[in-house]
Amino acid sequence: MELMEVFDIKVVILWTDGLVFLLTFLALFAIISMRSNPYLRRTWREVFRSKIGISAFVVLMAYITTGILDSFHFRAALENTENQTGTHYSGEVTSVLDMIIGQPHQHQEKTYSAPFSAFQFAKENIELPDGTIQRQYPRLKYGGSHLNEDTSDKVSDIIRRTFVSILWALLIWGCLVWLLIFLKARKSQNSMAKIGRQIWSGRTDIPWKVALIATGILILSISWFAQIADGYHIFGTDKVGNDVFYQAVKSIRTGLIVGTVTTLIMLPLAISLGIMAGYFRGWVDDVIQYLYTTLSSIPGVLLIAAAMLVLNVWIDNHPEHFPTAVQRADIRLLSLCIILGMTSWIGLCRLLRGETLKLRELGYVHAAQVFGVSNVQIIKRHFLPNLMHIVLITVVLDFSFLVLAEAVLSYLGIGVDPTTSSWGNMINAARLELAREPVVWWSLIAAFLFMFGLVLAANLFSDAVRRAFDPRGVS
Amino acid sequence: MFNYILRRLAYALPILLGVNIITFALFFVVITPNDMARLHLGDKHITQEQIQQWKHERGYDKPLFINKDSQGFDMVKETIFYQKSISLFFLDFGTSDADRRDINYDISQRMWPSLAIAVPTFIVGLLVNITMAMLLVFFRGTHIDTLGVVLTVILMSISSLFYIIAGQFLMSKLWHLAPISGYELGFDAWRFLILPVVIGVISGMGAGTRWYRSIFLEEINRDYVRTARAKGVPELKVLFKHVLQNAMIPILTGVVVVIPALFMGNLIMETLFLGSVLYIIGLIITDISYTWVDPRVRLS
Repeated sequence: MELMEVFDIKVVILWTDGLVFLLTFLALFAIISMRSNPYLRRTWREVFRSKIGISAFVVLMAYITTGILDSFHFRAALENTENQTGTHYSGEVTSVLDMIIGQPHQHQEKTYSAPFSAFQFAKENIELPDGTIQRQYPRLKYGGSHLNEDTSDKVSDIIRRTFVSILWALLIWGCLVWLLIFLKARKSQNSMAKIGRQIWSGRTDIPWKVALIATGILILSISWFAQIADGYHIFGTDKVGNDVFYQAVKSIRTGLIVGTVTTLIMLPLAISLGIMAGYFRGWVDDVIQYLYTTLSSIPGVLLIAAAMLVLNVWIDNHPEHFPTAVQRADIRLLSLCIILGMTSWIGLCRLLRGETLKLRELGYVHAAQVFGVSNVQIIKRHFLPNLMHIVLITVVLDFSFLVLAEAVLSYLGIGVDPTTSSWGNMINAARLELAREPVVWWSLIAAFLFMFGLVLAANLFSDAVRRAFDPRGVS
Repeated sequence: MFNYILRRLAYALPILLGVNIITFALFFVVITPNDMARLHLGDKHITQEQIQQWKHERGYDKPLFINKDSQGFDMVKETIFYQKSISLFFLDFGTSDADRRDINYDISQRMWPSLAIAVPTFIVGLLVNITMAMLLVFFRGTHIDTLGVVLTVILMSISSLFYIIAGQFLMSKLWHLAPISGYELGFDAWRFLILPVVIGVISGMGAGTRWYRSIFLEEINRDYVRTARAKGVPELKVLFKHVLQNAMIPILTGVVVVIPALFMGNLIMETLFLGSVLYIIGLIITDISYTWVDPRVRLS
């Protein structure tokens, strides 16, 4: 195949993709602007000085990278047939992540199969070579198809693959360690051996040893998954034979989007209204207070359910705006984020209003007012920087709540589209599978493990952030 | 006190009106009664007459705000907004769109099972959380405290769905301790209640314990605690008497009355209103309860 053909693709940018890119850009911008502020630099250093904080950060970065890779969507070109003008593109939208995972995501079996199994979960009539028909567990099309007849070499095959994955992991990890030591040595003008000893004995300001161990474990598990997923279904397959492990990986993007895009929608509302209410007081304050009291008096789940119900009817009635199923699923995901954003800005708005009320009585604000500085300038220069720590803490705290909320809402049928891979949808399907005899447990466990990893990392990281930015621990 | 409650109730009126307008906007302006008729009749090939019939049966064929065909007060009264939204203020919820059941009757029927789960979960959960938090505070600074905090973070990171599914699976399917679903009136209901109550308590334990622990830790460094200790009051009594009493205000603020409202489906629009009524009542009760636990608080 020629190189041009490899890259012959049609880029598809979904709404949520665009927002993910915007968010990534904003985050990078925030990091760059924070670097020039010595106070913020010191506080962030404090976050990464805690061993738990830095390990949680490593795990979060792995999730985020997966989510971003899964947000580059495109339609691959179909192979040219005879007498055809121009290139035609596949109707299926794939992502860069699918490309990296490669074959396993297309390995579809017929129905359920257990983790690591080479056989189907249910018996089937099979015609034997001599013509007789027997009921037995058929071999899977992809899972363990490279094994011999009676799959007696399965254990040795898994051990071999594990061994290969350890070698790969060591190689990559070794390069990383070398790179880190090399960079640090060049920066501090020390010999590499000395830096290496410092990291090994844990005498560094930021606990690099812990960070490297966490990265090592992460690389090892990724390379192990990569090796095994090539030949087996690690978490088995679901009812229609899709690989559960692949589904759980694809759900990462959904979870991250709900956790982050919602914040992006809620922040402008909360910040502008909160500061306005606290700064201008009077009728502005009354109106804003009325607004959030009314909204918060409606039970959250019910408001979300009502809004989602209404939006679904609206989407169903306007199919012309969303030609493909992917676009429809995408707009449902986005509307879930918008609705969650509409219901979750209130807490932050209240906090910001209270803090602004306190700040506006301070001397330097009065001084600025007396000097005739405009309100916009005062808010920009004196209020925003002094409120940022509250915003940051709330955003990090809300993240894990939102990821959990997505699952609950999808489970209740008012969350993301049923065709979107999400942990909530997986758990929803697993509810019925547990009632089967024998039990199909792997979907539930896979969704649980992936979700638990993300939420635990987010919770631990938010603890570290809160401890650094708000030492009193009250928020 | 009486004046205070009256005034708070008066403040509640504009808020409830706001809730009304939000639900009205959602259910009648964003999606029109025509859409709703199609949704409920569920057929793509449906005639205009059928839609008209459906709307007429449920009173949705009236204009939204002002009826120009009527005289006097009926101009406002004979509209969807008045009949569907304002009547909520008199706690008259009308009939369900789908099967035309009386919603007031449905609510009165379904309220008791919901309450029977919500109230024990709330009380047991509160007791368990406060006791656990007290234990952690008692062992503060030791490994038990660290272990406890790690445990609460782990408990918090598990989705409540998993508690529900795992609880149903273990307790009902594997160990046959409790029935998996169903309900029975009267005293026998406890067999059906035990599973949701246990799940509810466990799923709230992580966040709850952590929250109370931070409240108690805040109190424990105050002067009155040091004085009590100096007088020789035993540590357990310091914790459960002095600290607990003084931490009552933040506890009450967090523990606004649980809203026993999970009537899904066709009742959503009506429960939105009911839910916010309950929430406002909860807020008022919270304020009144402050006066019980802290005599310095005056309601004015």
